[in-house]
Amino acid sequence: MPTDTAMGDIYMSETQVNRRNGRLAGIFGQHTEKILAEWIAEMSGSTRRSDLIKDSDLRAECAQFLQLVKRATESDGTNFQSPAFDPVRDMLGDISRNRSQKGFKPSETATFVFSLKRPLFTEIQNQHKGDAENMVAEIWSLNELLDAMGLYTTEIFLKSREEIVRRQQEELLELSTPVVKLWDGILALPIIGTLDSARTQVVMESLLQAIVQTNSRVAIIDITGVPTVDTVVAQHLLKTVTAARLMGADCIISGVRPQIAQTIVHLGINLLDVTTKSTLAAAFSVALQRLGINFGRETVKG
Amino acid sequence: MEKIPILKMGEFLLVTIQVDMHDRLAMALQDDLTKTISQTDARGVLIDISTLEIVDSFIGRMLSNIAAMSRVLDAETVVVGMQPAVAITLVELGLSLPGVRTALNVDAGMELLRASVNANKEMYGSRLH
Repeated sequence: MPTDTAMGDIYMSETQVNRRNGRLAGIFGQHTEKILAEWIAEMSGSTRRSDLIKDSDLRAECAQFLQLVKRATESDGTNFQSPAFDPVRDMLGDISRNRSQKGFKPSETATFVFSLKRPLFTEIQNQHKGDAENMVAEIWSLNELLDAMGLYTTEIFLKSREEIVRRQQEELLELSTPVVKLWDGILALPIIGTLDSARTQVVMESLLQAIVQTNSRVAIIDITGVPTVDTVVAQHLLKTVTAARLMGADCIISGVRPQIAQTIVHLGINLLDVTTKSTLAAAFSVALQRLGINFGRETVKG
Repeated sequence: MEKIPILKMGEFLLVTIQVDMHDRLAMALQDDLTKTISQTDARGVLIDISTLEIVDSFIGRMLSNIAAMSRVLDAETVVVGMQPAVAITLVELGLSLPGVRTALNVDAGMELLRASVNANKEMYGSRLH
């Protein structure tokens, strides 16, 4: 029986650590088949989800994972952050991403790792009959490693979700600001949804860019789809109108609903310098007039 | 020292800014332009800033000032070809250049100048040259 009674790494000499790493790797190496079988059995109890993943795939995945962990423990013990664990981390990352796409819950993905605890701990227990101190030390370090792995899968899971959310946000931002060419020299920008600073920036940039590209003299901003206009939104609109004017294009705001007209007046927003129309059609007809385009009877009358 | 050329086209003056504007250059332009307007008796000034990519509040104010000075000297000012980024910057700086007329390009600007000069002539009768 060894003389030291410490359980943590800091109290162990290098040779002891090496010996322990060797033993841990030994556990993975010697009884791979047994651990694998018990692991899979353990999993079927809790989070098998055979509806989402085939048994043969799961088996292959587990076997490969054990192999990688064995190799990593051989070279660098249970330090999950070390470069020796890079392949393990990569594999866990892949597994986590895959499973999040397949519809696994994060807890189920983490349990994939945690269910490895029982077979491994049983194995350690068998090896250290009567040597409680060493057994606890090994179980403890292994426990730490498995916890770190489990948490890592959750982290990756969240990250992959966040990526999806961010991508969708960006796509939404691009989708929501189409600049439509109505006529030679007339652009329309139907805005749908609330205008915040980030969106105004995109709206403004795409409108100004389109003005340059199409050489348009009139731009119609249609706010039929904007649910409410408060001072911030109005300010954003005015900024866009002013920027377009600076470039030499006229802006018309259309789709002003009665409630919005009331709000604008109550808030004391000055839209006097801006042409406003209640419908896109009215704005379009004003735009045609400004360009000097005549259309049979209709514009003769108007 | 660099100098921004002022070209005379009939009764209009054409200024194309093709270098980075710095403050002294802007002041020099202001001097030159007012002098040229009064010498040539120009009716309109067209400032092309399509190659200008960076503006600050000083340049913005200078454009505004030039327009106001020209108006005092009885000449219309049209600024043409402002880049989107420049327009956004000016708006964010709070400079909406209220007295300055703008157009998309030199063609549109010229049209605007001619139209407004013609309107003036109709209103006050043509000047004797």
